[in-house]
Amino acid sequence: MPTDWTIRAITRAMLPVLLVLTVIEIGSGLVLGSFEGDLLRYPSLLILVPVTIGTAGNLGSVLAARLSTAFHLGTLSFTPDDETFAGNALATVALALTVFPVVGGGAWLLAVATGGAALDPGTVVLVSSLSGAVLALLAIVVTALATYVAYRRGLDPDDVVIPVVTNVCDVLGVVVLFGVVKMVV
Amino acid sequence: MTRRSVAVGAYREGLPALSASLVGGLIAGVVLGGMRSDLQAVEGLLVLVPALLATRGNVYGSLGARIATALHQGLLEPRVSEADERLLRAVTAAIANGLLASVFAAVVATLALVVLGRPGAGLATFAAIAVVAGLLSGVALATTVVLVVFAGYRRGYNPDTLVGPIVTTAGDVFGMAALLLAVRTVAVLGGG
Repeated sequence: MPTDWTIRAITRAMLPVLLVLTVIEIGSGLVLGSFEGDLLRYPSLLILVPVTIGTAGNLGSVLAARLSTAFHLGTLSFTPDDETFAGNALATVALALTVFPVVGGGAWLLAVATGGAALDPGTVVLVSSLSGAVLALLAIVVTALATYVAYRRGLDPDDVVIPVVTNVCDVLGVVVLFGVVKMVV
Repeated sequence: MTRRSVAVGAYREGLPALSASLVGGLIAGVVLGGMRSDLQAVEGLLVLVPALLATRGNVYGSLGARIATALHQGLLEPRVSEADERLLRAVTAAIANGLLASVFAAVVATLALVVLGRPGAGLATFAAIAVVAGLLSGVALATTVVLVVFAGYRRGYNPDTLVGPIVTTAGDVFGMAALLLAVRTVAVLGGG
């Protein structure tokens, strides 16, 4: 079941997924590019972008790695009341609600330190927290689906699930962040 | 294991690593904030940024997950001095795939910008930036992932919980720093 550790086998398992994900990420880049004027004008938004996307991707990838190993060790059952899945999903939401307010506060402080905070701290923390809550729920759905599909297709979750989850979170991160910004700011 | 004990365990394991990656993400944000003049000089560069950063996460996240699973299964010794050819091949495959995906990203970004009628610096500039950034960040990240996952495992940490945040943290910081160096190198060489 795990891929052989040869360059050919690893490339065959990884490259097709990698190229598809790259196209998706360019889509995310085009969304960012369409806001380039705003991002260059408000450095606080530029600072918030990588940390929000990165934290969302992390939440998903921790969940994905834990499910992947549980799968390899045979302790994941893919039933709706699976304790391993439910417990990890719960932890993901709790982590998001802990971390994202701090992300917002940190981005605002750094914007002030580098001389460019255009928004008040409450707004930035609200934007970050709302985005985080939405992204945590999306990350759980995407991770569960990706792990299940990999399992059904006989693919090694290590090769497939983490890349899919991280990239989908990247794209969703950009979209959700700007959705929330438009709603709140 | 009950749902609650799984959740508490996952939360406690996840929080320190997530906090570290938060710092990494903010550093990357400040670097990106400092690249405003580069973003204006190389038109369309911002379109390439998520793809290049994500490629780092994808390739080296997969490398880290592969190493973590092998450690769990007892197929790999967590010492660089005992590293075998399999580990070397996994690292080589990661860097090669990272470079291929980076150049591919440059091609797709150029095409997308042309199709949308948006300004872009052109394929040669994008590809040169992608290759230089891919090499610099690839060497730094492969080294980091192997060393930190081994060291963490020897100290009793679950490598699964380490891999994601390490890769995203180091991927953000090294990826953004490599991009900054690559953009300025290519500009000096006359490509920008």
